[in-house]
Amino acid sequence: MIAKQTNQKAWFMVLPVFLVVAFSAVIPLMTVVNYSVQDTFGGNQFFWVGMEWFRDLIHSERFHDAFLRQLLFSGIILLIEIPLGVAIALAMPKKGWGVPVCLISMALPLLIPWNVVGTIWQIFGRVDIGLLGHSLASLGVNYNYTQDPLAAWLTIIVMDVWHWTSLVVLLAYAGLCSIPDAYYQAAKIDGASRFAVFRYIQLPKMQRVLLIAILLRFMDSFMIYTEPFVITGGGPGNSTTFMSIDLVKMAVGQFDLGPAAAMSLVYFLVILLLCWVFYTVMTNVGEESRKGGN
Amino acid sequence: MNLNWMAWTGPTATFFLIIFSLLLAMTIWEMKSPGGAPRVGILRFETTRGDRLFVSLLGSAYIHLFWLAAFAGLSLWWATAIACLYALAVFRWV
Repeated sequence: MIAKQTNQKAWFMVLPVFLVVAFSAVIPLMTVVNYSVQDTFGGNQFFWVGMEWFRDLIHSERFHDAFLRQLLFSGIILLIEIPLGVAIALAMPKKGWGVPVCLISMALPLLIPWNVVGTIWQIFGRVDIGLLGHSLASLGVNYNYTQDPLAAWLTIIVMDVWHWTSLVVLLAYAGLCSIPDAYYQAAKIDGASRFAVFRYIQLPKMQRVLLIAILLRFMDSFMIYTEPFVITGGGPGNSTTFMSIDLVKMAVGQFDLGPAAAMSLVYFLVILLLCWVFYTVMTNVGEESRKGGN
Repeated sequence: MNLNWMAWTGPTATFFLIIFSLLLAMTIWEMKSPGGAPRVGILRFETTRGDRLFVSLLGSAYIHLFWLAAFAGLSLWWATAIACLYALAVFRWV
């Protein structure tokens, strides 16, 4: 029998990550928890208020509205970007000169910083000088994202689809490329239809990467700040004020650090719950399909 | 080390001490019986004891928020008591 060897050196390997996470996440989060039960007027003077900010927040219509807008936005984004990304990945060439061309053109939007994307679309959509806004106005379409909430929403959604569908495409394409040819040959011998190949070979093989794509797109869209801030500033009115924009307005604009800390924590809990649900459901679906022999 | 900038209060310090004690207790438990005790409970998927602690803590946070939303006039200790029962149930059946 071989004696079990223990080696404690691994603790030192983990230590840098532990320190980085402590300084960049744990300690700031602890500070936010401390702020959420106090009031401050600046000068590092704090006054205990207990659960007052949480009570106010939960009954606040402003928070409910921002939360619903955020959920709606993330829902729409996922419904568009995931199927569209998979469809584009399926249509992309698997070999030849088209592969690098497609991959690079897909990667380009991902390389542009958020605020630049916001600025591009802010100008692109303007009725006076923007190509999109001016063209639509010339066609007689009443499009003005600074006044019409629907136009503002459409602009932000189309912008996000333009910016981030590529990520889904690249992930789905990576999943598709990992499928051995033998699967397709077997399907051909069986006379499987194009849809059957997609449903029983490609989709199950893409499941893992699609899980990552859904999680990434959900979290990113649920935390979106820069692009809508640059394009609409949360307007017209409050129609595109998502949770992050509302949070910054509260914390930086109004300097209400206590209520903003309470809101941050509720925001964090919502993200934590949704990610846990997503992850658990998707990993268990993956496990079951693997046990099922797919 | 001056930690005034973190705006510490007694109750929040106690809260974090409890969380860190729980993590420490889980570490000791894992060292005593390694493997995480995976099992399939009422949620019909495999959970380890770490998963159960996570579900307990996250659920407890929501129980407290729900209590604030529904019974704003009543003491929050009731929510804490319910959260403790909930955590026991999670460790027993999930």
